[in-house]
Amino acid sequence: MSETAVRAPTEFEDVVGPHLQYLYALAVHLCGHQTIAEDLVQDALLRAFRGFPHLRNRERPRLWLTRVLTCCLCDRFRAEHEADEMLRLDSEAGPDLFDRITEEDPFPYSDRVHLDFLDLFDDARVIEVFQRLHPAHRTALILAYVYGYKAREIADITGKSVGTVLARLFRGRKQLERELWDYAQSTGLITQKEATA
Amino acid sequence: MIKCKDAVSRLWAYLDRNIERIQEAELEEHLGLCRHCCGELEFAKQLRGKLRSPDSAYQPTSDVRARLETFLKDVGGGRRRKR
Repeated sequence: MSETAVRAPTEFEDVVGPHLQYLYALAVHLCGHQTIAEDLVQDALLRAFRGFPHLRNRERPRLWLTRVLTCCLCDRFRAEHEADEMLRLDSEAGPDLFDRITEEDPFPYSDRVHLDFLDLFDDARVIEVFQRLHPAHRTALILAYVYGYKAREIADITGKSVGTVLARLFRGRKQLERELWDYAQSTGLITQKEATA
Repeated sequence: MIKCKDAVSRLWAYLDRNIERIQEAELEEHLGLCRHCCGELEFAKQLRGKLRSPDSAYQPTSDVRARLETFLKDVGGGRRRKR
């Protein structure tokens, strides 16, 4: 029998073990790829182990683990993360998604056209669209809307100011709206003809 | 009263409760009179809900879970090696 099978779990294993599934799900959300997510969780476990002696609140380690995983993600995709967040500013000035759906009317026979549009997006499609966003925006949106973290918590997790987080959420939402529309068009969920009629 | 453009720019912050009290009051006054922005608010609410996909869609398979648990034991036991 192997050494790991017989010895008692360490405190680190006891504290982190219950959060493995959470870490993996968060990693898949953030990077959109299951194999990379597994690697990310392993990176995070190694880094968490090194920082564990300094962890004060061992009863509620989830925020700390989220910060560790997010740091690993930033390190792995540093160049992508540091790409200019301002590049898409011009296109953010376009119409918002609600108005665009109203104007383009992709479902002319529907009396609930906005909700019909959202119904096109199941979980798998939502995560595909997330992967089209700038990584910093995607991280902020996922932490806020998938996991329900407050802006100040996201600031703590990402090491940014609350103002930066709020700006990322705003810009991320604008980008998300645009990408939802582009995705629906490019994948044929709404046809070009309907979209431009 | 604030204009629709200003109202729309505050809707998500309003839903997130990340809004100053004065701005909130201005928005609510606007929403009380503007059907278009009420529609936008409902849409933002639905879209926001759409992003909350269930964790179950991203749970590890039994193989992945077993590998991660083994890795955790290796790390916790001081055997810091990566697969």
